[in-house]
Amino acid sequence: QVWQIRLDMHLLNHDGNITDAASIAGIVALCHFRRPDVSVQGEEVTVYTPEERDPVPLSIHHMPICVSFAFFHQGTYLLVDPTEREERVMDGLLVIAMNKHHEICTIQSSGVVMLLQDQILRCSKITAVKVAEITELIQKALENDQKARKEGGKFGFAESIPNQRITAFKMESAAVDTNNVEEQAGEIIAKADPPSEVFASPVVHTPGTAQIGEGVESSWGDLEESEKEEAAEEEGESEAAAFECEKVETEDTSTLKETKNEPIVLSDSEEEEVVILEPQELPRKTR
Amino acid sequence: VGQVVLPGDLLLLPAHYDEDAEGERLRLSAGTAPQGRLLCGPGLRRSGAGLLVTKCGLLRHRPGGGGAYWVDSQQKRYVPVKGDHVIGIVTAKAGDVFRLDVGGSEPASLSYLAFEGATKRNRPNVQVGDLIYGQFVVANKDMEPEMVCIDSSGKSSGMGIIGQDGFLFKVSLGLIRKLLAPKCEIIQELSQLYPFELVLGMNGRIWVKAKTVQQTLIIVNILEACEYMTAEQRKQALAKLSGN
Repeated sequence: QVWQIRLDMHLLNHDGNITDAASIAGIVALCHFRRPDVSVQGEEVTVYTPEERDPVPLSIHHMPICVSFAFFHQGTYLLVDPTEREERVMDGLLVIAMNKHHEICTIQSSGVVMLLQDQILRCSKITAVKVAEITELIQKALENDQKARKEGGKFGFAESIPNQRITAFKMESAAVDTNNVEEQAGEIIAKADPPSEVFASPVVHTPGTAQIGEGVESSWGDLEESEKEEAAEEEGESEAAAFECEKVETEDTSTLKETKNEPIVLSDSEEEEVVILEPQELPRKTR
Repeated sequence: VGQVVLPGDLLLLPAHYDEDAEGERLRLSAGTAPQGRLLCGPGLRRSGAGLLVTKCGLLRHRPGGGGAYWVDSQQKRYVPVKGDHVIGIVTAKAGDVFRLDVGGSEPASLSYLAFEGATKRNRPNVQVGDLIYGQFVVANKDMEPEMVCIDSSGKSSGMGIIGQDGFLFKVSLGLIRKLLAPKCEIIQELSQLYPFELVLGMNGRIWVKAKTVQQTLIIVNILEACEYMTAEQRKQALAKLSGN
């Protein structure tokens, strides 16, 4: 089989060293991509839709990552991963692309600086270290995403953007990994409801649905039970919990706390389908 | 007016109010039909009955002189516009013409005769890497932009080569417009701190020069941070600095 793949990269904002960032983005996009499954019988080719058969990942043999070095003062000073300002005043640039097996894929040298052999060797050693840690980060992120998709948690571009709004109500948010909560929820609660059911509960406005179990106007002090319930809700839509003032099991996890503070002002807890344009509150359809 | 609009929104002109039965389209200022010509500013485009929004931002209106509408949007990437005063970096000298990098898609060209008091014998002393403050005379999407350092009467009026030293840095276009507004608080507060020279280019570039390097860097940091600080935070920061 031969497939033609096209990778478009849009640069939204940068502070220097676009090469490295773009190389990471490109290779992660290719690793993350799933293509439709195909079966060929003689002359007949059937391309299955994603509903019929799960899409298949591309076969990526290795992940080359670029690392850039900026030189100053004819090679006296070396900076790894230069920022925009450093790039503007540098004498020369050396880009090394390497994969985690320490195989150099690309070396490119530009600018007016002349490099010595041991300098290039030193740069390649630094590259090896950097590439190892970046590759590990990528693997972890891909695994997390796969797990989140399987278990119905939150995933996607909007989820991965950190919440950095400048508002008067800005709160310090503790980074809560939704996936861990799901695992905890699975361990702790025996009566954990599957996501689809939790989905249904926010629609009901009467407090005290079976899954949530609280039913009281405010359960601010109720930490233990609410922890479990919100953990179950995490699998569903955590923002739906924010809309419901009655089901107030949301105090504990700070991400939920965040969603609680601001959207409460905006939404009248009538429409869960309202898409409020903040990163963690896009309604998430559980699969 | 004053609301957030998104690309694709259609704005109705007051003359066409009756035609719109559903009220889906946003209305411009509820008032009488404007007298004279209505100016359609950046972010808006004429389309049939009304104005089509092409950028996301806040809709603004200026009632004077027939009225003008535009969209206040924020971006970092500059697109050359005729009449804009910008800071350019000289990248090459090609015969009689300098090539300047202005942050757009193409380098701009600047003739050596476009300086005050320049003749064929008396050439301006421009080297590669110099900073030039000039304005666009030609800037459209079909042609390479052209700049000059004199205005229509032949006077330089502040344009030309920017002196030695100082620090050039880049900010977003919205911050530049804020700083260029008349009676800008930020500039007034900063001027009470240290004396300094400041050149603002509409392409997002700012050039600062103060007495010492440290003072220059302080001003640079404050201007960059102004983008995200509220007025109180800024006053606090400046109070801390002037206290030291």
